[in-house]
Amino acid sequence: MKGVDQKMADKLLQVNGISVRVEDKEILHDINLEIGKGETHVLMGPNGAGKSTLGYALMGNPKYDVTKGDILFHGNRINEDGADKRAKDGIFLSFQNPLEVPGLSLSSFIRNAVEKRRGSRIRLWDFKKELQKEMELLQMDPSYAERDLNVGFSGGEKKKTEILQMLMLRPELAILDETDSGLDVDAVRTVSKGVEEYQKTRDGALLIITHSTRILESLHVDYTHVLVDGHIVKTGDASLIDEINEHGFEKYLDLLKQESETGR
Amino acid sequence: MKEKTYVDDVDRSIYDIRNEEKDVYRVQEGLDASIVEKISKEKNDPAWMTLFRLQSLQIYNELKVPDWGPSIDGLDMSHIATYVRPNTKMSAKWSEVPEDIKDTFEKLGIPQAERKSLAGVGAQYDSELVYHNVREEVAAQGVVYTDMESALKGEYADMVRKYFMKLVRPSDHKFAALHGAVWSGGSFVYVPPGVSVEIPLQSYFRLNAPGAGQFEHTLIIVDEGADLHFIEGCSAPKYNVANLHAGCVELFVKKNARLRYSTIENWSKNMYNLNTKRAMVEEGGVMEWVSGSFGSHVSYLYPMTILKGDHSRMEFTGITFAGKGQNLDTGAKVVHIGKDTSSFIGTRSISKDGGVSTFRSSVQVEKSAKNTKSAVSCQSLMLDDKSRSDTIPAMDIRTADADIGHEAKIGRISDEAVFYLMSRGLSEEDARAMIVSGFADNVSKELPLEYAVEMNNLIQLEMKGSIG
Repeated sequence: MKGVDQKMADKLLQVNGISVRVEDKEILHDINLEIGKGETHVLMGPNGAGKSTLGYALMGNPKYDVTKGDILFHGNRINEDGADKRAKDGIFLSFQNPLEVPGLSLSSFIRNAVEKRRGSRIRLWDFKKELQKEMELLQMDPSYAERDLNVGFSGGEKKKTEILQMLMLRPELAILDETDSGLDVDAVRTVSKGVEEYQKTRDGALLIITHSTRILESLHVDYTHVLVDGHIVKTGDASLIDEINEHGFEKYLDLLKQESETGR
Repeated sequence: MKEKTYVDDVDRSIYDIRNEEKDVYRVQEGLDASIVEKISKEKNDPAWMTLFRLQSLQIYNELKVPDWGPSIDGLDMSHIATYVRPNTKMSAKWSEVPEDIKDTFEKLGIPQAERKSLAGVGAQYDSELVYHNVREEVAAQGVVYTDMESALKGEYADMVRKYFMKLVRPSDHKFAALHGAVWSGGSFVYVPPGVSVEIPLQSYFRLNAPGAGQFEHTLIIVDEGADLHFIEGCSAPKYNVANLHAGCVELFVKKNARLRYSTIENWSKNMYNLNTKRAMVEEGGVMEWVSGSFGSHVSYLYPMTILKGDHSRMEFTGITFAGKGQNLDTGAKVVHIGKDTSSFIGTRSISKDGGVSTFRSSVQVEKSAKNTKSAVSCQSLMLDDKSRSDTIPAMDIRTADADIGHEAKIGRISDEAVFYLMSRGLSEEDARAMIVSGFADNVSKELPLEYAVEMNNLIQLEMKGSIG
């Protein structure tokens, strides 16, 4: 019995056969996924396959309805938990399109969130020092701390801001939704440096959603999953990334087609 | 998770503190010449004021109630005792203020606010000033800050007579006439030429007795080249009887002078707030309004600025928050008369839980006002499907070279933004409150810190609710 518990605990996230519906359309079908502590998983797939949907469903966006299956975090079912509860428990989602909130400064927002996550007050001085250090790592201008959250930020600045929040919040599982999209080479390098820092010093697990591989170049990857048309059709190790880079997703699309024809 | 947030009606308990009535004197509830004479006699008015009151009463009886704004049918003047006096005399020391009155003020944070570098406190309890204190250094600069009753009889009596209700005349509208007849209390400020008052002067008004109207009069004269920031904060306890507030504010900004007039009004939700505020700006003068309208059942509030002198300017920054059962009709007016004058009106309005918020603006450019610049911007945020927000801009331009702009935006809190903040660990309630506070930052960043904090607390209170 003890052995089983131990195994459950190692499994940070378990996704057991979930289907996800948005409005009246089922986007994800019967998804299974297990992420252990500190592991890095990559989720690849063509546009429209449902990658972001999985990210939203795991974070608890109320518009994404999990109609079937269970999501377990630390062995506890979290299907009914709100996004705030999941965040406090240690799940983080880096948004593909971070939202702008006029009148709310980046620093007071992060401080508020950090206090919620850690469950205690944090001294302003300590907070500022910590924030400054992480902003330096991400090569962000310190003046951004006092600017309104994401308002007037460029695409790259928004993504850096997401990674900054991840570093400050220290989640156990971070889901990065297309964090590398729309960034120039330098920005991708800076962002992956932040992600690497998270991997190494926080022992954080990652689910990296991407359809390119630029962000993965400097990162260690444990598992790769291929999502096509709402199904995970293949799971492999890091070498799968190179294979997809070379051959694309066509093979998997065909595979899915065959399976549906044989009455899957 | 999937359940919607129910945002509760406001817990106003902090603001709705009521003391037992201990009023020594209270006139009967209707309004006729004998009452007005009684008030005048009781206040020991100079003869011209008694006459002024009676003339105003006559105008009041002739004028009709406005028929264009939110309904004020719930207001029955024959049942409003118009004049109530607390049983205390003017006091310059905090220790001499009666315990129950002090207690209420303390809960409203006045002594703390005073400690924090505010120049003077004139707190009005019912219709009389009970506590008044002007910091010595301000008085030493020659600045006069006193209650209207004293001003009427003291050294500045002639000045008061010269300016009193010359900008807002009793004939303007029914409630201005009412004010002229029964006004009581309020502040008089005179800043001599060239004097710059470094710290803001503040006055705190509140209503206490049930069924009592409040008709305080504020008269501020900022003389040539002088500079003043005046802050008025209002809060009232809650009662079942309809309450009326028909105050009047007259501001005179002389040549090259500057006046910033900030108000946070937080009336209880049975209040009819029919306030009239007006400023006259001479050559090169600057008038800045910062205005937060919270509470009240119905509000009519459109501070008006007359840019009389060449190169005079005005800026109006406002926020209105209409919750359940509230119909707040607010905005601003400006009249350009001088050459090269400019005005900017920027407002935000929030409506929630069936609240109605209407923004009304009026920009009038006279033929003489060559090279006028004016911009009006109004943003509205509706927090649910039951609430309502309207924008009614009016413009009357009589020159060919005016540069006039207007923009209006109406929006809702996006679910995605709420989810975004929640995904960082904030509750739905906190997420919404943060978005709304951020929306109101046009006003909060213009206020001194302690007022900005109070306004933020007010918004948090208005947003409070429970998930489930």
